[in-house]
Amino acid sequence: MGLVGGELERRLEEILGAFCGKRSELIPILQRIQNEFGYLPEDALVKVSRFIGVPEAHVYGVASFYEQLRLRQLGKNIITICRGTSCYVCGSSKLIDEAKSVLGIDEGETTPDLKWTLETVTCLGMCAHAPCAIVNGKVYGKMTPEKLVSIIRAVEGGRRS
Amino acid sequence: MTVDELDELRQTAMRQWDELHSKPHVTVGNATCGQGVGALETLNAIHDFLTERGVECDVVEVGCIGMCYAEPIMSVSLPGMPAVFYGEATPERACEILELHLLSKKPVAEYALGTVGEGSIDGIPNLFETPMMKRQVRRLLSRCGFVEPTNLMHYLATGGFDGLEKALSMEPSQIIDELRRAGLRGRGGVGFPTWRKWLTCIQTPSDEKFVVCNAHEGDPGIFVNRVLLESDPYSVLEGLLIAGYTVGASNGFIYCGAEYPLAFERLTAAIKALERVGLLGDDILGSGFSFRVWLVKGAGAYVCGEETALIASIEGERGMPRARPPFPAAKGLWDKPTVVNNVETLAYVPHILRHGAEWFAEYGTERSKGTKAFSLTGKVERPGVIEVPLGMTLREIISELGGGSSTEKRIKAVQIGGPGGGCIPESMFDLPVDYESLAPTGAMMGAGGIVVMDEDTCMVDMARHLIQFSQCESCGKCVPCRLGTKQMLAILEGITEGNGNEGDIVLLEEIADAMKVGSLCGLGQAAPNPVLTTIRHFRDEYEEHIRLHRCRAGVCKALSS
Repeated sequence: MGLVGGELERRLEEILGAFCGKRSELIPILQRIQNEFGYLPEDALVKVSRFIGVPEAHVYGVASFYEQLRLRQLGKNIITICRGTSCYVCGSSKLIDEAKSVLGIDEGETTPDLKWTLETVTCLGMCAHAPCAIVNGKVYGKMTPEKLVSIIRAVEGGRRS
Repeated sequence: MTVDELDELRQTAMRQWDELHSKPHVTVGNATCGQGVGALETLNAIHDFLTERGVECDVVEVGCIGMCYAEPIMSVSLPGMPAVFYGEATPERACEILELHLLSKKPVAEYALGTVGEGSIDGIPNLFETPMMKRQVRRLLSRCGFVEPTNLMHYLATGGFDGLEKALSMEPSQIIDELRRAGLRGRGGVGFPTWRKWLTCIQTPSDEKFVVCNAHEGDPGIFVNRVLLESDPYSVLEGLLIAGYTVGASNGFIYCGAEYPLAFERLTAAIKALERVGLLGDDILGSGFSFRVWLVKGAGAYVCGEETALIASIEGERGMPRARPPFPAAKGLWDKPTVVNNVETLAYVPHILRHGAEWFAEYGTERSKGTKAFSLTGKVERPGVIEVPLGMTLREIISELGGGSSTEKRIKAVQIGGPGGGCIPESMFDLPVDYESLAPTGAMMGAGGIVVMDEDTCMVDMARHLIQFSQCESCGKCVPCRLGTKQMLAILEGITEGNGNEGDIVLLEEIADAMKVGSLCGLGQAAPNPVLTTIRHFRDEYEEHIRLHRCRAGVCKALSS
């Protein structure tokens, strides 16, 4: 996924072209860049700071403050497990433990082969179907450790074939 | 758009609405909660079935009716018969229902939740007479699960924009007076009178003012706003328009959490539709009032539900709260007077304008007027979203509407009001739920999330979990919150891992006091509540953990059970 400098530059120009450079646009700009690249490359942050006219530290401060803005590349597949109160009461920690052991990574980490990222989220608002998880954008209610493992296996199997 | 044009559009909308209801049609509840248990698969199966059979029938994707436990939910309506709502409509079951009910006109009592509309069907109760619905007063939720959320015509056919039209014919002072007589208080948790907030904004001189809808429902264990935004987004926009007109703002912002992609999508569609017909834009309904709405997507920070942090986030800063006063109503977004209201509060405003203050105040208690939506989750038979008069007791809500425990274990407590709320033991379930009455428990109603816990929950571990949440989400600006949550978490981890000490409880209470007094915003001030309430009501569990190394719920793995 490595981007050649020129390519990154070009796509960034395109994204920034849609904004006027106001300070209040910082978060929407970062969200757009992340949509494009999957994370916020360091070079992009530098460029954004010049575009808006704020110190690089300010851009980094904002980018690192918000949970959904990411400074590192994510895995190809993403598991997000809800750790809200209802999910917790209904056993979300078992899901998190299972995912950690199957993938061999901790919360917030990505496998070295960039296949999987494991994340948790404060609350998805699907509390009535607790515990909940999202795998590659699809939401699942009433999740069980067994179901989660079978979804992981299915994704891995699907990719091999 | 002029008033006459609105009227014309409304007539068309009502005609279309009647037409829809005079023909066979099917609805499917399509909100995030339904999608999480297969509503989209059901929807596809229904479309496939109709295509295969060559049947022409409208399929309406509605929002969430609140009976989340029974999702996916579908309904079938035939002319001359009440509509029948069906639960757990898996793709297979949906096809079976269509085969029998839609094609053979034989409603399937076995899968039915209830009927809606005139008439009755043998063996199927009226939906609004069933235990979860019977004691609800559905005003705010009246459209949820019955209209297509982003369909403006459905909104207009069900009284939409009557409130705005009325408001635009009134002076701002009259609107303030209406809200004051109604007694509407903020539904986000603090319960500040809405009219007073608006009035402060009106009275603060400024060349520009703003209104902001706080749609960052970050509290874990609550999803009332999500249901409203996904099922009836226009009501929130209409409320925001009325707020804008009243305080003299021409720009409104909706700050929607990134955790709610579907709500964001539906708001986007609803805003576009209003811009298209001219209900957003210049000179709305010929009143001279111009208004635009900007939808802002949060980036995942719980603290941004706090109004000053939310404002900082819209400004493009880190979402860190600042000291109040000055309150945003006097000095808010870009230092201009800004009204920040919760989704539920704003969604209620058009109803109040439309039906009047007296109608609103028919329900509720002396100081907590009206109805309020709650989300009911955890170990309860019928989790979902309900709307009841303020002042209903916890026992009524949990036992009657919720159907009691979903397990064979006894219900032990509820966690109410989000991570800053508190835990209330079963022995106090006869207290009414409103802004003030829960005070003796140390907990508060908050935004209305009720999480039911049975004997499988360890209260010490629950306190640890909630403090861990607050510690994670503390923005780090003020010391009491940043360090207080950290130290409380360390002590609670010690206790749940079998390393508790005599004196830990006192220490927790001391830190809690400092946090309550010294923290900058509500997050830090309220964060100790789960710890304090569990110490108050479940002290024996703490003592067992510390002295006997025993966890009676069997949750703390390092201890015996």
